[in-house]
Amino acid sequence: MKYFIKKIITLIITLLFISLLTFTAFSVIPGDAAISKLGVDASPEAIARVRAEYELDQPVMTRYVHWLEKALHGDFGRSYKYDTMTVTQLLKSRLPVTILLAVMSFVIIVVIALPLGMLSARFAGKWLDVLINQLTQITMAIPSFFLGIILTVIFGLVLKVFQPGGYVSMQEDLKGCLEYLILPAVAVALPKIAMVVKYLRNSVLSEMKKDYVRTAYSKGNSVNQVLYGHVLRNALIPVITFVAMVAAEILAGSLVIEQVFSIPGMGRLMITSISTRDYPVVQAAVLYITSIVVIINFLVDILYQLADPRVRTA
Amino acid sequence: MKKKSVTKILLSVMVLLVSVAFCACGSNKSTESSETGNSSSEKTTESAADDTQADAANSDTSCFTVGMSQEISSLDPHEDTDAGTRSVLFNVFEGLVKPTTDGDVTPAVASDYTISDDAKTYTFTLRDGITFQDGNPVTVEDIKYSLERSAEMDGESSALSAISAINIVDDKTIELTLSEANSEFIYNLTIAILEQANDANQATNPIGTGPFKVKRFAEGQYLELEKYDGYWNQDLDCVTSAKFKFIADAEAAFLELQGGTIDMLTGLTNDKVQALNSDYNVVESTMMLIHGLFLNNSYEPLQDVRVRQALNYAIDRDAINEFLFNGKSKIIQTHGYPMITAWYNADTEGTYTYDVEKAKELLTEAGYGDGFDLEITVPSNYSQHVQTAEIIAEQLAAVGVNVTINQVEWSAWLSDVYQGRDYQSTVIGFDISSQAPSTWYKRYYTESSNDFTNFSNTEYDELYGQALATVDKDQKHEIYNKLQQILTDEAASVFIEDPANLIALNKKYTGYQTYAVSAIDLSLIKLAQ
Repeated sequence: MKYFIKKIITLIITLLFISLLTFTAFSVIPGDAAISKLGVDASPEAIARVRAEYELDQPVMTRYVHWLEKALHGDFGRSYKYDTMTVTQLLKSRLPVTILLAVMSFVIIVVIALPLGMLSARFAGKWLDVLINQLTQITMAIPSFFLGIILTVIFGLVLKVFQPGGYVSMQEDLKGCLEYLILPAVAVALPKIAMVVKYLRNSVLSEMKKDYVRTAYSKGNSVNQVLYGHVLRNALIPVITFVAMVAAEILAGSLVIEQVFSIPGMGRLMITSISTRDYPVVQAAVLYITSIVVIINFLVDILYQLADPRVRTA
Repeated sequence: MKKKSVTKILLSVMVLLVSVAFCACGSNKSTESSETGNSSSEKTTESAADDTQADAANSDTSCFTVGMSQEISSLDPHEDTDAGTRSVLFNVFEGLVKPTTDGDVTPAVASDYTISDDAKTYTFTLRDGITFQDGNPVTVEDIKYSLERSAEMDGESSALSAISAINIVDDKTIELTLSEANSEFIYNLTIAILEQANDANQATNPIGTGPFKVKRFAEGQYLELEKYDGYWNQDLDCVTSAKFKFIADAEAAFLELQGGTIDMLTGLTNDKVQALNSDYNVVESTMMLIHGLFLNNSYEPLQDVRVRQALNYAIDRDAINEFLFNGKSKIIQTHGYPMITAWYNADTEGTYTYDVEKAKELLTEAGYGDGFDLEITVPSNYSQHVQTAEIIAEQLAAVGVNVTINQVEWSAWLSDVYQGRDYQSTVIGFDISSQAPSTWYKRYYTESSNDFTNFSNTEYDELYGQALATVDKDQKHEIYNKLQQILTDEAASVFIEDPANLIALNKKYTGYQTYAVSAIDLSLIKLAQ
């Protein structure tokens, strides 16, 4: 319980700090939300009208305090760019698809990477290991942008089993949405799979050199028994940290993949809102990402305990 | 035993993540339906969504889909917006008059109009039986409301602020009186006529008088339009539904074109056109953009006309055209749109030919024989402008001008360069936001708020002042020709080209035509036989 409270306090402090940082950063960098909304030939009066409407004519600290007051009541304001939508509505429309995509990619990563990593370690130095090694090397080297294009060309234009850009929202058609997201999920997952495989393989191999492994063998255990019964649990601890980082990264929205596959997710929202100086949306998006990272860290701590009861949270 | 706990860990991770996802989806749905009850505007979008599902099966062949690189910035036609948004909303809204393909206007909401001889009074007759897309008839009050609303939103410097009185003569006639004679004022009256009763919801629930109405706006994804059955011109033979799909990435957009998801894509590069198969027609037009190296006439070396002329001689326009557009752009030497022949001074063409020696001579005369430093500030999100800047940098190095390229973000460009005029030179393009030629030439009038190049020339200012009051067409042409000539002779900036616009259209459809203003006119598009 104490641990929980401590974590929550950390989260709150982090969020406060980050929100203040984002606010100040945006007041320092050049660019003006009103001008970027109204375009090149907006009249000075129109710009003044919009600036007043957004309170941009107020000092930064005043605006921050206003924003904070409202945010504490769950009101994140209105988007400047999509002036008909509140930030909450906007996030609600973007989050589900990003989370769905993240979950799909995560499942693909875990389901493929863990067995492959174990296989690679089990047959270290053998042809299978070399093959896996080569494959991971190649997938890691392909930029995800290019990977997305290649996948679209192969499955969309050559095999014609995928409709490029044929995204439908899950409210409209859940099945269609899931089908569409398979390819993007693979594109997100492939480079991560390669990394997790390498990480797990190395982690297992370094565990294999430890004394307890020799003991386990001397008790008459088979290779598999040693690997799955003793080594894996220890080898997983650093891997969990790594996989958690991957999870946080894909939950934040994979900008490139969302761009290539025209998926209206968090990554795209983030970029659009930064380039149009849509502060309220940027603020909320940054807070979302911060929360994700902190929460995942928290989950990782719990997972550590499950994997290794010696790790105790004091 | 131990094996089990490992699987337990993995399972728990997955269950956690999956449940998070489902929570998010679930809550999203429930909030949406609860919101529907509250506001009527939400309701329309919701029911529209249901319609989409219903006719999803047969919409595949008849829904004309256009790829857009930028999102619609606002559905309120009175907001100042970008060219992309204007080209879409063209289909939904109409003014008293609407643009034609050749750069003129034709009656729309008004069926007829007269301009008094002194160009101060404009009288319009409301079209018989014209209705808004919600079925309500258009009234003269709606017209008055719309003009006042737009003028108020744009403030004192807006074109409509020239109206001194709006006089409703009877329920079919409305009379506009201007404070000063303006023979071009008709071009400003393409401003959308909106319904007064819809005042609170113009941005959320757009209702116009155009041939297409908004069916669904999925922010971040697409805008769907459908033909309005009650449109005043019942003779239209065109597609009945259309989608403008936002695809930020040019490569992705091209794949979607090839995959058949979208039927039309503008602004293609030449190599992409070569890669297209026979399923597509390619329309070659221009972007209606004055693309050039704009010079801050206040920057010390650039204050001297000889230096500006030297830059004009030192830049090889054809090389830029060749490199970026395979030679398909239209080279220009002044701030004029060659496609709008009515207002273009073709005599300016060929004034500055690529001549390094001449440029060096002029620089020496001006006292810059050893060259000078020039910074080109360029918005980084437009690769076309960045590449142009790079070519220019190389060409200017040959005459001793030491160029540095400063790439900035678009919003920084707007506030620092365009509004703040804090720059030395910049590569940019200007499109046509209004068909009135006076708005294009206002940019070089000393007093104007958008004279961002700080160009100032007494003769120019005098001529510009006469232009608006001149009613006689020939006289008017002469004035605009002279204005363009001054811009060339004084080398106000380095005007380069009206860039080529390569448009791919799926052969399933025909009828696309280029407008002088930003417009993708759906009412011309039909299924090919």
